[in-house]
Order: sequence, then structure tokens, then C-alpha cells
Amino acid sequence: MTVSDLKQPHSDSVRPTINWARVEEAVDFAKTVKLYRQGKYDDDSFRRYRLQHGAYGTRMTSDYAMVRIKLPAGEIYPQQLEKIAQLSEQFSIGSAHFSTRENIQLHWVVLEDVSEIFRGLAEVGLTSREACGNSVRNVMCSPLSGVCPGEEFDATPYALATAKFFLRNPMAQSLPRKFKFNFTCCEKHGMVRMVDVGLIPQIKEIDGTAQKGFKIFLGGGLGNRSFVGHQLEEFTPEEDLIYTSIAVLRIFDRLGDRKNLARNRMRYLVNDMGWDAFQNLVFKERALVRATQSVVTQLDVDFTPSEIKRPIRVTDESGNPNPDGYARWLKTNTEKQKQPGYRSAFITLEAGDITANQLSALGEIVSDYSSEGKARVGFNQNIALRYVSEDDLPRLYSRLLEVGLAKSGSLTMTAPIGCSGTTSCNLALTNSHRLAKEIQRKFLELRLDEDDDLRDSTIKISGCPNSCGQHGIATIGFFGGGGRVGKEMYPNYQMLLGGRSDGETMLGLTCTRIPAKRVIPAILKIIELFKKYKKPNDTLKEWIHRIVNEKEDSEIKSILDLRKIMDQLAVPPTKEDDPDFYSDYGSDTSYHTKTGKGECAA
Amino acid sequence: MSQEKTIKTTTDIDSLRSEIRDKSVRVIDVRREEDYKQNHIPTAVNLPLANLLSDDSPERVLKIFNSLGIDDETRVVVYDDTFGALASRVAWTLEYIGHSDVSLLETTYSRWKSLGLESETISPEIQSKQHSLRLKPEILATSDYLEQSKEKKDVLLIDNRERLNYLEQHIPGAISLPYRTLAKNDKILRPKEDMKRLLDNRGISGDSEIITYCGSVGTLSGLAYYALKSAGLPNVKLYVRSFKEWKNLKKPLEKQEDANYWDLSAE
Repeated sequence: MTVSDLKQPHSDSVRPTINWARVEEAVDFAKTVKLYRQGKYDDDSFRRYRLQHGAYGTRMTSDYAMVRIKLPAGEIYPQQLEKIAQLSEQFSIGSAHFSTRENIQLHWVVLEDVSEIFRGLAEVGLTSREACGNSVRNVMCSPLSGVCPGEEFDATPYALATAKFFLRNPMAQSLPRKFKFNFTCCEKHGMVRMVDVGLIPQIKEIDGTAQKGFKIFLGGGLGNRSFVGHQLEEFTPEEDLIYTSIAVLRIFDRLGDRKNLARNRMRYLVNDMGWDAFQNLVFKERALVRATQSVVTQLDVDFTPSEIKRPIRVTDESGNPNPDGYARWLKTNTEKQKQPGYRSAFITLEAGDITANQLSALGEIVSDYSSEGKARVGFNQNIALRYVSEDDLPRLYSRLLEVGLAKSGSLTMTAPIGCSGTTSCNLALTNSHRLAKEIQRKFLELRLDEDDDLRDSTIKISGCPNSCGQHGIATIGFFGGGGRVGKEMYPNYQMLLGGRSDGETMLGLTCTRIPAKRVIPAILKIIELFKKYKKPNDTLKEWIHRIVNEKEDSEIKSILDLRKIMDQLAVPPTKEDDPDFYSDYGSDTSYHTKTGKGECAA
Repeated sequence: MSQEKTIKTTTDIDSLRSEIRDKSVRVIDVRREEDYKQNHIPTAVNLPLANLLSDDSPERVLKIFNSLGIDDETRVVVYDDTFGALASRVAWTLEYIGHSDVSLLETTYSRWKSLGLESETISPEIQSKQHSLRLKPEILATSDYLEQSKEKKDVLLIDNRERLNYLEQHIPGAISLPYRTLAKNDKILRPKEDMKRLLDNRGISGDSEIITYCGSVGTLSGLAYYALKSAGLPNVKLYVRSFKEWKNLKKPLEKQEDANYWDLSAE
């Protein structure tokens, strides 16, 4: 017997259908890093090259990079989870991070190792190409597309086709700035009005036949200044999807501000030009594109449905049918699908972080429990297993428990978003990442995930005003900055209230500043006030919505009324009384702000 | 010692099995005694790493290897169940006292078992042998040696601990190459060309003297020692007392400042 090539993959795991990778890019990247280190590339051109390939800079050092792996439409397969687990142990910190835009990030990677990660990714068909830089970023799709009871049709094939069309497309290699597409399932699950191009699938009866198409929103986006997107027209038929996308991209490419890096996203162009003028321009440009593009310019939409097949498991099927904590998890982490007998189960992570061992275990769990054999990454630094047979849910929960992935609250307010903050980002002013984890731990301990009144609210935290943590669309949002008492500084957050990203999308309104170490008491105070003044069947989200829109008739009528109460929490103690107040989470030394050069604008 | 170049760093499963059949090899199992007693690769003798480390002076080590029936000419293969790190430390010790013909099994004992390969529970009868003592100081680095090397240009110091530990504290000037980087799937070391490319990207080449270290006793860095040798790098040393000693001696340290990288870990 000869023993060769040892590793056998899970024999019947579902394989990726699209190869996004080009292994020659790994070779080229390794070569380019060498030339750069030899001084044969200037800093600016190297940075552009590096970002184009999905390697971001790291806080206070040029020795390390962050590799952002794109998961178009959020799809990820078991062997890809296993590979990313390996890569995180080999080249990163033994943990990986799920972002808010369906990427998985590996942090603190030695720049010279980045090409090795590209090689590993290429083995499983993944790429980080155009995950950063002035390109079309990862094309997102709702994790519930295809299973959402409220959707008109599944947008996933269109999201994948759009990603395929723009990846490495010459027209999208040097845009004025980054450009983002979000597809979703329905109005409720949202996220389409705060992005450059947002799309909701829609079916319209035209001359007696059902015609597929989209509601398209343009010019939204979160950032230092955020804007809500505008709907282009009532209905955009599916055959116009590609022409509309190209037209918008061409307008942005031509007219976007290439000089003023701080305001060169398309939303500024839309804002400066005015919506009516921009809308007209899109219609004209689209007519031109439609007339001049070759017939072969088409979206390659693959309608082959995923095979839905209940997995045959070889693992032990015995055990407690109703393990401890199961009911709570079922309620706060799963959603019924439109397909009877199935649920989608969301995995709760802490601010999107997961260990290599957990990723690897998740690869097996997906094979063992998802009848579609793959997983979908979500909008909230999380991941969903879909097509889990209702009968399998208790066993799935037990398996997740074994690997520490069974925390409850994924679909509730107790799973806050925290950008990477001072853990790795050059621009961060505060440790927003750790704050998100602290809130989650505290709120789960208080069992706030079980409170139906809080369920549809969200908490989102950024470590600076630039909105990677999406604070502008949170029910309660925060962005970091420094506070000062005499010569002493303390970590501080601006609190915004009433943001949302659904059919009634609006940006949160500034309430007041809350010191980092008072954020948890501040949120608890808001909840306390809500409980005192709420109406029957009220939710926190609706109560805050009424306050920010000045439609509340109880004692707290406006955001100013709330501010008066919250400001009591913001009074800094003396350093002698409370030294902890003056240091940020994750640090035992006195707080000071320190930032490097951002690369968003590179 | 001149025959050293022909000795492979790792030995593949099939070669070891035929060497066992030919009775031309001494196999050392470095796992704990109770694991060894349950079962082990046929003909293997047991040398738990803890036993070796309790006193690893050359004189005592020599006695141990003598009692395991190893003389200067014995072909030795070492294995463990910890991705080759413990086996590496034993193999390196054997090399240090002057033995040349020692290799690591290319995989772990768990893998050997999962492939359904033969094992046994009995311990073999061992006839004691006499090994000579010809120390190889050129493969050992001490803290004093590290201090002296600081000024030298062509010395590379490699830290094989996990990235977060490295970021938090490391010996000044060290570069980070976590031990996990060295393996590939179920092999304890990457294939040679793969390893060479990885090292070449990092500027780790044969022109330099290379010193490896890890957290405490030279296991992870022992594996790195063999990884570098497998890629054909001729001049590698193991700082066997590693970071633990360096810290205890209150020698200078370096850290990655102004970032809360620990908070990115999901551990």
C-alpha cells in the first residue's frame, strides 16, 4: 500500500461553481512586493497596486497588511471555510473577521506573505482582487435572498453575474473612488438606500405577463457625510440591469471628483448635481450604452438552482433532543424560510470575529446541516446556514455548542456591529471593536436578546466618523473621538439615534457625546426610559423613530429631551476618582488619540 | 559528518515502513509514556520529551541515547503527535551531541493511525550501545550569542510563536514566522519548493546565518530549524532556551505599539 497525498476533503461537500481567482496574481504580487522593497516602486503606485489586489494597510506600520477576501453575494462553501481557517492560522492571528460587506478579513498579515494567501485562496476559487481601492467592491446580496418570505424573486444569480461582469473589467479599474452594489431580498431586510447602487427584486405585470426587474436606488452611502439613495424609476426591467449599471459607473468615472479625496464618492456627485439632473443624465447615458454596447455585452446570469438535498450525516445522532438554551437560540437566531420545513440559522459572532478552529468546524457543520451545502455571509458581521431542516435544529444547536458558536441573539439588538477600530485601522480613534464585544457580553448576560420590544433595534459602532461600523443606520449608533478634561483625554463617542436601513431609511440624528466607559449605562438608560413611556405593542425602534421625528407625545418629545437626560451620564469624573474612565477598552494606559494616514482615499 | 547532506529532513511513511521491515532503523516515539504504552509504531522506543528536558546536559543525553540502543551509525527516525515540534526537539538534541543520521517522520502518529497502518503495544528489547560525544556548537545559539550577533548584518533571527504573541513582545530585530506556517495539510513540513518560495518571499536565504526561537524550550523553533534545513539553508541555529530565558534575563524587548490587536482575537 502506498500512502500519498494525505488530506481527503469531506467527500460529498458541495463545490464552488464560480472560480473568482487567478493564481498568476499571486505570483505577480510576490514579485511586486520585492520590487517595492528594493525601492523600484514608489509608495503611491505600490499602495494603489496593493489595494487593487485587496490588501489594506495596518495601523502604525508598513510591515503588515489586512487581506480582505471577497465573498460575492455572500456565498461561501465548506472547503473555502476550511481554507480560510488554515490561512488565518498560518499567516494571520489565528482568528478571522467577518465584515459588514460580506468579506472575510485576515489581519496582521506580513506584507511578504500576502501572495501566499492569494495562492491558498486560488486553491478554493476565492479572490481579494478589487476588495479595496478605487474599484467595484464586493457585490452584496441579502443572506436571505432565495428563502425570504417577503421577496418577489431571488436576486442571488443577478448579484453573482454583476460581480462577474465587473471583476477585472477594464472600465472599473481606476474609478474616482470605490463603488458598491448591494442586492437585497425585500424592503424589510433593506440596505439598498445607503450604497452607490442598491437593488430590490420586483415583479411587474406588463401586458399580462410577469416581468422580472428591480427597484434601483442610486447615490446613497455612509461615510464622513452620509446620504440616502434615490430611486431611479418605478421599475427597471432585468434586461436593463447591465445598461443601468454601466451607465451609472460611466457617469461616475467621468464626473466624479478625482481631486478632492475627501468627497469623491458618487453620493457627493449626486448631491452636488441635484437628483433630477443626475437622474436625467443616467437615462441619457443608459440610452447611449444600450445603443452602443455589443450584443455580447450581457450579464452571465446562471439560473441553475442549488440542489436542495438533506445531508446524510455520519456523526452521532444521539443526545438530548432539547439541549439547554435551545429555545432561546431558536427564537433569537433562526428565521422561517418561505420553503416549508426549513429555517435559516444565523451564527452569533462577537463583532464578526471567529477562531480558525471554529471556521474549520463550521465547514463541517455546513456540510452536515445545510441542505444547500453552502453558507451565506450576512449584513451584520455574521453568517447564516440556510435550508436547515426543522427536525435538525436541536442537533445543529448541540453541534454549535460544542465549538462555542451557539451564542444567542444573532438577530437581535444584542449583536452590535463594531468596525475594527484601534485593533488594526490607521484612522481609528477608539477601540470600537472591543466596545461592541463588551456590549454584547453584558446584554446577553441581562438576557436582552429575549426581549421582543428590542428585537428589531440595532447598535452599530465606528471607531471614527468614517462609518465602517455603519453607525448612521443604527437605532443607536456611535462613532469614536477623544474627549478632554484639562490635559487629560478619555475615549468618547458621539451617539446618534433613529437611523434605519429599511423601506423608511433615514440617517440617525446626533444626540450627544457619551464617554466610552458610559456607553453601556447610556444604552440601558434609553431602554429604561422606553419601558417607562412605551405604548402597548411598541418597540424601541418605533419609539425612537417617533422621538427623532418629533411625533412622540409622552414626556420625551424630542431628541433634545433625551439629550438632557443622557448628558448627566457624560460628566467626566476626576482621574483620582475613576482612573478607568481615562483608558479605552482593551488598554490599561491613559487614552490618547493617535492616527495614521487613511487609505480609503488612495 | 560529511555525509550529512544526503540525509533527508523528513522521511515518508512508506520509506519508514520498509526500514522497519528491514530492521535498519531506530524509531523514537516522543509522546508521553501512557500514550506510547497504548500503541505505537512497530519497534519504536519511547523517549517522552519531558524526560529529556528534565536534564538535557550532553552527558545525560548521551546516556539516554545509549540506553535506547543508538550509536554513531544508527539510522534514527523520530515522531510525535504534535505536528513534529516535540520530535524536532529530540532530533535536534541528537544532532547536537554529534549524531548525523536522524530524520523526522513526515506526519503525526494520529495520521499514521487514521490511515490504518500497523502499530503495536509491546516495547522492544533494547541492547545498549555506545555513542561518541562530538558536540556541534554550530547548531546551538545562546543568549550571549544572540547579544553578540546583534551587530552582525547577515544574521536573521526568527520568532516561531503565534503572531499575537510576537506583536506583544519579541526579541529586538526578530521576524515573525509562526510555526503553523511550516506545515501543509497532514505533513509536518511543506514540500521543499513551497517552503523555498515562502522563505524567499521573506528574504530568508542561504546567505544568512539564521537563528530560530520560540516560547520556552525550543520545540516550535526546533520544527522551524528543520523546516529551514529542508529548504536547503545551510547555516541554521536553534536558540534552545528561547524567549522564556531571554525574558527572565531581563534582556531588551520590542513590541508593536499603539494597536489593540488582541481584541481581534475570538479566543
